[in-house]
Amino acid sequence: MPRTLRAIPTLLKVGFAEAVAYRAEMVVWLLSTNMPLVMLALWTAVARDAPVGRFGQRDFVAYYLATLVVRLLTGAWVIWELNYEIRQGTLAFRLLRPVHPLLAYAAENLSALPVRMLVSLPIALGALLVVGRDRLTGDPLLLALFPVTVLGAWLITFLAMAIIGALAFWIDQAGSLFEIWLGLFGVFSGYLVPLELFPHWVATAARFLPFRYMLAFPVEMIIGMTPRPVALAELAVQWTFVVALALGARGAWALGLRRFAAFGG
Amino acid sequence: MGRYLRLLAVQFRASAAVAMQYRVEFLVEGALALFWTGWSLVPLLVVYGSREAVAGWSFDEALVVMGWFTLMKGVLEGAVNPSLTTVVEHIRKGTLDFVLLKPADAQFLVSTAKFEPWRIIDVLGGLVIFAVAFHRMGRLPEAGGVLAACLLFAAATVILYSLWIIVVAAAFFVVKVDNLSFLFVSIYDAARWPASVFRGALRVIFTFVVPLAVMTTFPAEALLGRLAPPRALLIAAGAVAFAGLARAVWLRSISRYTSASS
Repeated sequence: MPRTLRAIPTLLKVGFAEAVAYRAEMVVWLLSTNMPLVMLALWTAVARDAPVGRFGQRDFVAYYLATLVVRLLTGAWVIWELNYEIRQGTLAFRLLRPVHPLLAYAAENLSALPVRMLVSLPIALGALLVVGRDRLTGDPLLLALFPVTVLGAWLITFLAMAIIGALAFWIDQAGSLFEIWLGLFGVFSGYLVPLELFPHWVATAARFLPFRYMLAFPVEMIIGMTPRPVALAELAVQWTFVVALALGARGAWALGLRRFAAFGG
Repeated sequence: MGRYLRLLAVQFRASAAVAMQYRVEFLVEGALALFWTGWSLVPLLVVYGSREAVAGWSFDEALVVMGWFTLMKGVLEGAVNPSLTTVVEHIRKGTLDFVLLKPADAQFLVSTAKFEPWRIIDVLGGLVIFAVAFHRMGRLPEAGGVLAACLLFAAATVILYSLWIIVVAAAFFVVKVDNLSFLFVSIYDAARWPASVFRGALRVIFTFVVPLAVMTTFPAEALLGRLAPPRALLIAAGAVAFAGLARAVWLRSISRYTSASS
């Protein structure tokens, strides 16, 4: 374990260097997170005459800009790397290293965070300027907890990707499986439409699925739509998901690696 | 001309043969395509759950736009996207030389290299959405409207293809273009909404930079009989001009191509 810990700073440094080296690629990735802006334009057009539920025009602006920020901060792309490395057999090189591959992937993904911050901070500040401070939660505890909820959201995203990616040890089509996951994410995470605006049963179902805790929960909390006791309860649910998925990912990897036979290399 | 038509038939048969090999994958892909078509209607239903009309578009009219979106998506993912993804792979591996050596136009060869026949399900899905929308409106599209819509469909396909050719040409310079195509697809997603919904910067981008309005909104207006014929002709002319530009960009990048392998 101490050896693993000592490796982490190096892994982070390598990941950061990679993020800087492929900066054009990074910018393109960031730009492709444009969906919240489209939905923002759409919903402000809808809310021009009268609010929808408790959402007025400015609420939609706050909601979707916060969505954009959380989405930029919680990006992970381990599934594509995994798929590629398992198919090409290059995962074998990773297995030779004394650090668990999952940890290495996590460090690589996380170390792009400073670059992502550079983009998301101006958006967050712009949002503050446009819609004003009163759209931000006034509760200091919730403000302080926001980074924790974002970390939890990132962990759920990453671990779910790791589990679905590990399925590539058994089936060839982990990619299309992940597309289904993404489709469910679009609706049940509040990415496309705030969950409250759905029929009641959808919002209820979303409370039992992990997607909500990957996005809608931090977003709703930071724009002051959840009172403190509810937010704390949801935080507990979020981290329960994190622990469950972490155990799942470990199990899936332990089983999958036994099946792994590298070709080539 | 006849030679190129024969060549197209050959390439298409080869793609169909490849596609036939993975029958289970087809069925799964087909089922998934149907599922996604249904799923993509969810935000539309929610938006119109609280409103009669958005930016002057009623639910049924917005449904026609969605139909065009689904149909064009089928064209994009079935006929345009697969072959041009193959070129990018060629450029990266340096095997484009083999294509360039062949005694036919390189742009023609690379743009017909691969089809995904099962994407026809998306096209059918689009037609079903039209049928539902017009059934709900209780009328049929007029003959002139259908004609204009067909013209605009051709124009939209040409523009979509030309945009892709330009993106691919970018691969000659930046090599790693998969992300660029990802960005393109994510922007195309906005085409499922009528263009008049967007304002400000987004509207400028979607009209001039990536002409999404031409791909879904204008054909929908034509089908609804709201588009004046001169405008349709103007758009068609624009599409032809754009194709010319794409051709020029392609020729220029081809002339500067130096093989990566040898």
